Amino acid sequence: MPSTVIRDRRAWLVAPALALLLAAFVYPVFWLLLRSASDPVWGFHNYATALSEAIYLKVLWNTVAISGATTIFCLLFGYPMAYTMVHAGPAARRILIYIVLIPFWTSILVRTFAWLVLLQPKGLINDILLGIGLIARPLELIYNRTGVLIGMVQILLPFMVFPLFSVLSRIDGSYMKAAANLGAPPLPAFFRVYLPLSLPGVFTGCMLVFIISLGYFITPALLGGRRDIMVAQLIQEQIDQFGDWGLSAALAMILLAGTALIFTLAHKVFGVKPAIRA
Amino acid sequence: MQQVHIWNAARIAVCILVAVYIIAPIVIVLIISFSSAPFLTFPPPGWSMQWYENIVGNPAWIRSLWVSLRVMLPAGIAATVLGTAAAFALNRGRIPGAAAINGILMAPLVVPVIITAAALFGVFRIWGLYGTIGGLILAHTVLTIPYVLSTVGASLQLVDRRLEDAAANLGATPWMAFRSVTLPLILPAVLSGLLFAMVISFDELVVSLFISTPVVRPVTVQMWSNIRGDVDPTIAAIATLIFLFSLAALLVESVMSRSGGRKTPFS
Repeated sequence: MPSTVIRDRRAWLVAPALALLLAAFVYPVFWLLLRSASDPVWGFHNYATALSEAIYLKVLWNTVAISGATTIFCLLFGYPMAYTMVHAGPAARRILIYIVLIPFWTSILVRTFAWLVLLQPKGLINDILLGIGLIARPLELIYNRTGVLIGMVQILLPFMVFPLFSVLSRIDGSYMKAAANLGAPPLPAFFRVYLPLSLPGVFTGCMLVFIISLGYFITPALLGGRRDIMVAQLIQEQIDQFGDWGLSAALAMILLAGTALIFTLAHKVFGVKPAIRA
Repeated sequence: MQQVHIWNAARIAVCILVAVYIIAPIVIVLIISFSSAPFLTFPPPGWSMQWYENIVGNPAWIRSLWVSLRVMLPAGIAATVLGTAAAFALNRGRIPGAAAINGILMAPLVVPVIITAAALFGVFRIWGLYGTIGGLILAHTVLTIPYVLSTVGASLQLVDRRLEDAAANLGATPWMAFRSVTLPLILPAVLSGLLFAMVISFDELVVSLFISTPVVRPVTVQMWSNIRGDVDPTIAAIATLIFLFSLAALLVESVMSRSGGRKTPFS
């Protein structure tokens, strides 16, 4: 049948993009994987080092702890935001959408730089807090975990709000009315009816924020402490300063495996789909 | 009932605080870029354009802006052409292993970018692409294809295939059918994919940081290396320029998606 031939010919249009990705993405990642097992000699010693020495374990633990805290704060801030977006009038909704969208489109570097300015000991936030007499001495808001969390939560918040918004806006309002008619007070009705219905959005948002946090580099590098680094910084440092390809490749593969594991779990258990651009 | 009012008030208060938390830092950087003071104080003691004049007068900034443009345009166009072709093939052709191919093309979005950066740095040094414009273009094309693919793919699913079949039945070659029927229908998505790709290329830092040198240095890498030294409002001015570029792209995108009748993620 001629149309089959045409359809099959059209299939070749995927070839250039696929060839490019295989050559300039898949191959390089495999090259890195090989380095982790072959540099300087063949074996799993790089993985053994990364997973046994206290300094590297601490960095891996930092990464998980910072990502977890970022996820929790994003959920605490993002849920009320998404809820309000769904239940606000059209004008207020539009404004809120742009408030979330504009930073989403803004360079991470620009946003992190803004925090660098604000969180200094003599920065605006300390000025205000000192000015109104809430604190007596400047708070240490930067070059520590506080700074990293302030920056990361702000930057990753859209990844929580988008999936939550799309799930919350599909919840049928009549469930809450039914609960009210059956005599449930509003708060228990929220926790027992609305919240469970919104869990798919909560899981998707948390998974997205957590996975993206795991590999974060720019924000912790600029706002974090020198002794409290995340795994991406360690990878960069090992390559840039020590040229240690074996160890940094092993760390990269551990990061990749962790990301893939969470992704698969989320997909299998919760049926979460990777809608990065909501 | 009183309890509900308190909760609603609390929710709205949280929203306002979060909105300020999201927006205020960017606004403050915008304002500081027009400051007359040589340090980052807020509010500024007076106003001036000297930090923007600084950028124009400094060959390093101009050179790096030029590098960013020379990377952004070819990478954006290449990603748009390759991504659109791939989206069309995956949506219309019968391809064995289409899901796997789609997974490979989307992978740069899922794999942590630090891994891509380290991997490309490793092979680009062997291939002689380290520190070249060509290397940056290649890397940014790979990084932006997923955005074009998902944007155009979503749009292609909405196009009525019978229109293409009708064109074929009327004797159009597949290329003619694509050119005169499909392409006009998906054009808003293709253009928004192009914009997306260019903004991401312009804003990209991590991969560029690994594969660029002081000689060939995009503006974000230049900004990065300056942030860690003495910070004066010149950086705020550069940050403002980068922000305005993204904002302009977002506005164009939202106008286009409205005129094209395509639904934005929230409408």
